[in-house]
Order: sequence, then structure tokens, then C-alpha cells
Amino acid sequence: MSTIRIPLVRIAHARSGDKADWVDFGLFAWNAVGYQLLAREVTAERVQAHFAPWLPGEVDAWPLPNILALKFVLRGALQGGGARNLRLDNLGKAMAGALLRMEIDVTQDELDDALNAPRVGWWP
Amino acid sequence: MKSIRIGAGLGFYGDNWEPVAASIERGGVQFIASDHLAELTLAILQKDRQRDPALGYARDVVPMLIKLWPLMRERGVRFVCNAGGLNPRGAAQAVLAAFKAKGWQAKVAVVTGDDVLQRLQAADTGFDHLFTHEGVAGVRERLVFANAYVGAQPIVQALDAGADIVITGRVADAALFLGPLVHGLGWTLTGATSERDLTRLAQGLTVGHLLECSGQGSGGNFGSQGAWQAIPDLAHIGYPIAEVYEDGTALITKAPETGGRINFDTLRQQLLYEVHNPHAYFSPDVVLDMGHITLHDEGFDRVRLTGARGTAPTDTLKVVAGFRDGYKAEVTWGFSWPDAWDKAQAAQATIRTLLKDKRIPHDELYVEYPGLNSAHGALAPLPKPDALNQSNEIWTRLVLRTQDKAAADGFGRLFPWIGLSGPAYTCGFTGLHNTSELLGIWPTLIPRDVVEASVTVDMLGEVVS
Repeated sequence: MSTIRIPLVRIAHARSGDKADWVDFGLFAWNAVGYQLLAREVTAERVQAHFAPWLPGEVDAWPLPNILALKFVLRGALQGGGARNLRLDNLGKAMAGALLRMEIDVTQDELDDALNAPRVGWWP
Repeated sequence: MKSIRIGAGLGFYGDNWEPVAASIERGGVQFIASDHLAELTLAILQKDRQRDPALGYARDVVPMLIKLWPLMRERGVRFVCNAGGLNPRGAAQAVLAAFKAKGWQAKVAVVTGDDVLQRLQAADTGFDHLFTHEGVAGVRERLVFANAYVGAQPIVQALDAGADIVITGRVADAALFLGPLVHGLGWTLTGATSERDLTRLAQGLTVGHLLECSGQGSGGNFGSQGAWQAIPDLAHIGYPIAEVYEDGTALITKAPETGGRINFDTLRQQLLYEVHNPHAYFSPDVVLDMGHITLHDEGFDRVRLTGARGTAPTDTLKVVAGFRDGYKAEVTWGFSWPDAWDKAQAAQATIRTLLKDKRIPHDELYVEYPGLNSAHGALAPLPKPDALNQSNEIWTRLVLRTQDKAAADGFGRLFPWIGLSGPAYTCGFTGLHNTSELLGIWPTLIPRDVVEASVTVDMLGEVVS
């Protein structure tokens, strides 16, 4: 079955934080189906390749199936840290959005399943 | 089973304290723990202290306590904060002076001993950069502050001694929360080795981590597409509150009739915030493994936290030091339609020419376009130049990084001529003559016994009989 290319924002949410020169990301699936896709497609190597045109640096990754999440750390992403960084977004607060731009390949069925499975969080 | 309720205070220097009043009035909390210090905050406080040695603390603690103390006294709520920053005693004295002017009395405990600047300055070896492993010698002459992340023990000691308000310097963020939990629930902290003790501390650390960023634990800054809109009434957001039981299990909630949302999604975003290896989240009190944590929705704004696992802490503490690392000066300008993009490029080229002509020493001229790419850099797709030239306006932010203060001070003087002699239709200049010092951050480790031998708890203020 042919695949389609989708940005992570279709099936995930994220937050970024900073420690010294490192930016860290939490990437979260809305349900277990989506988590399987994230865990398969969003590897440390591919996150590094995604950010390489902008911020080369090593990437560490950990899966956390207990909370349907992936953890990434992008080393050397803040020009030496928030008090030295010349960027307007000196703390990398917006960088989680840049991660959600990343594109992955899934089948239409996989995407439909991820979009149709109920969200785990309690949303009235 | 015995339990206590603890509420989140501020998440950073300058945060809003009105939600804390809601937690005290309607949230049934016995403790508030308030985190005024981000990694960057000590750099800001250092600049304050350079201007006036009596400063160097997070000054918002004074108006915050003036507002909250009458409520706290009425409800018997006790307050722990790290607003002392680089000068905990100064912060306590400022609070007490403000209380005295109101005719109020309070027992204020001050925790000091986290300042290790002299030790780093005196060291020939050690204190390598935690990430790059470079030696401290390269920055030693330029160090301006160095503080160790102290654990919860002195906070427990201060609360055991009856403090109403505990003011610390640099302690681990979550220790602000763990201190009251250990004090209130009788947990074993120092030398804890049994699985039960370490599990409780790991749960307490997780509670602290979920609460330490105020509204970020209750739906603020919720990074999603199409779901952030479902978080209600951020203008009246309630900060998270934890009901923590003797066995360490906890219920995360917030005060009734407040905005925001506490659920699996909002809490797990905060759980992983500013964490590196989630299986070894280091703190001075316990090392946390998040790999088995469950966050179970129990209904409206109620999430049950279980499953944190802990191992004994290491014999080192983290230190964050700051060192002078040159200066920056920045200017932002706008050019308007037509040809706004080409005009911005042409004007930028003139500045590069002037930097060269005048031989202005600099390490870098950093350029970004607010509104186009400043958030996502090269990952943000830009329209083609033809389309950019049809834009109503193009803003350019130019930042000079230099080791030469005079060069930074003079940067703004390269610009005013453009108003009459540059490309047409500038629509704004901001930021002329605003040199600021850049500080590099130096994270490292220090043997904990070296620091802990110097940590003291002093009680100030008048004792309420």
C-alpha cells in the first residue's frame, strides 16, 4: 500500500524546554495507534536530519510507552545558552513547533486509524 | 491515610501570583512552593547585584507576599521559595521590612550555602563542563556566579523549626515541593535506601516537577494544533495543586472555578519538560525513573499520579555557573511595500559595508526576519523573493556579537543615516544604543559534602507567640 507524507502536527503534540545549550522535546501521541507511528518513524537520526539545515547537533532519544511519548534532546541548539543566544526565541520555546513540522510516511489506513482512535486524555 | 495539599507558586521571576491566591482561598492547600529561578534568572540577578550589592534576589517576592500573607495567615498556609537567588538574606530582610511596615510578624527562615563561586575560581582542575567536558580554566577569570543545586534537607529543617516562610537561594526546583512533603508526611530523606522510601521520594519529586512551572502544569503553553483552544479561560488559570498521600501516591488538581485544564495531556507535557534521560532524572534527593509513571484521569481536572521509581542520589550536586561572554547590540528595522524585501537586503548590505569600512571588531552579525523565520529558522519555508517583495512590510533584526564593548555601544550609530539616505519607506527603528552583556552558562558537578558542609538555616524575624 502506498504511503502518504504527513507532518507530525497531524498526530502529535509537543513542548520544548532548555538547559544550558541543549533543547529538549517531549513529543506526544494522542492515542496508542499514533504512538506506534511515532515510535516507528521519529528516530534520533531523523530528528537530527530534520534540524540539520538549521541547528546541527547530536540528538538523543528515549521512548516512553507508559505515557505514549518520545523524549528527544538536541545538543548545542542554543548558541551557548539562553543568556548568550542572539535569537529572538533565545530559549527555544518555539522549537517544539519546528519539530511538529517534521514529515513522516504513513499509509492512509494508519493515518485514519490514528485520527479516529479516541484521545486518551479526558477532554470534556 | 495522612495527606497534605501543596500548591504551585510562581514558575519564574515575574510570573503572576493571582492564581496562588485562588489556591489558598479555595484550593485547601497547606503549603505553597514558589520557583522564581530559571537557569537564566541568576544571570539577570547577577546584573542587578552588579548595580547594587543589596539586590541579587527576585524582587517580586515582596509584593507577592504583601498580597498573599493575610490570606496565608488566615488559612495557616506556609510558603517556601527560592526567591533569594544570589542574596537570600537580602530577600528575607526586604520581606521582613515590608511586613514590619504593615505591623505584621512572621518567622522567616533563610537557607544559604549554595554559592560556590569562590571554589570554582580557586580550582586548578575539576569543574569540567557537564556537556562539552571542557576544563573550567578557560572561563575561570570571567565567572560571575556559580551556585549549586541544593536538596530538600535544609527546607525540611526550616519547616521543622516552625518557619512560616522559607527563602532559599539555588535549590533544585522540585526540592521546594519535596521539602514540605517530607516535613508534612514524615518521609525519610537523608540516607533513604529502602524501596518504600525511594518510591515516596520519587513520587514527591515528580509532584514537584509537575507543579514547579505554575500554569504550564495546568494547560498553559499547551503545544498542540486544534486542542489548545479547548483549554478554558487562561486569563484566570488555576495553578496546579497536589494532594499527596503518605504512601507517595498523588492526585493533581487545581482550585475550583479557575481556568486551565488538568488532564493526561497537559500533565504529561509538563512531566517531560526540561528533562533529558527520563530514566535517570537527577535531583539531589533521589534519581527518578519515569518509565513506569502512570497519569490516570479520574474526571474533571483530577489526575492520579502513580508509578514513579527512585534510586539513591549521587554524591555530586549540579552547579550552574555564569561567565561573561562578550556583548550584544541589536537593532530592528522595517521597510514597507513596494520591494520591501529587496530594500531590506540592500540596507543590510550597507551595514555590512560600514562594519568593514570602519573595521568594527565583532564575532558575528546575526540576522533574522521577525514575522518570517525568527521562530523556526531555516525550517520555516520563506516565500520566493518576488512574493516577499509584495509584502506590506519586512522587518529585519540585526544583532552584533562582539568582545569589544565600545563596538557594541557604537553599533546603533551605524543606522540613523538610513532614515534619509537609505532605501525608501522605512517604517520603524527600535533598539538603538542598547548594549547588553552576554553570559555563557557553565553547568558542572561538585562533591555534595563540600557544599552541604556550608549550608545553613537561619531564622529571622519576630517569633509569633
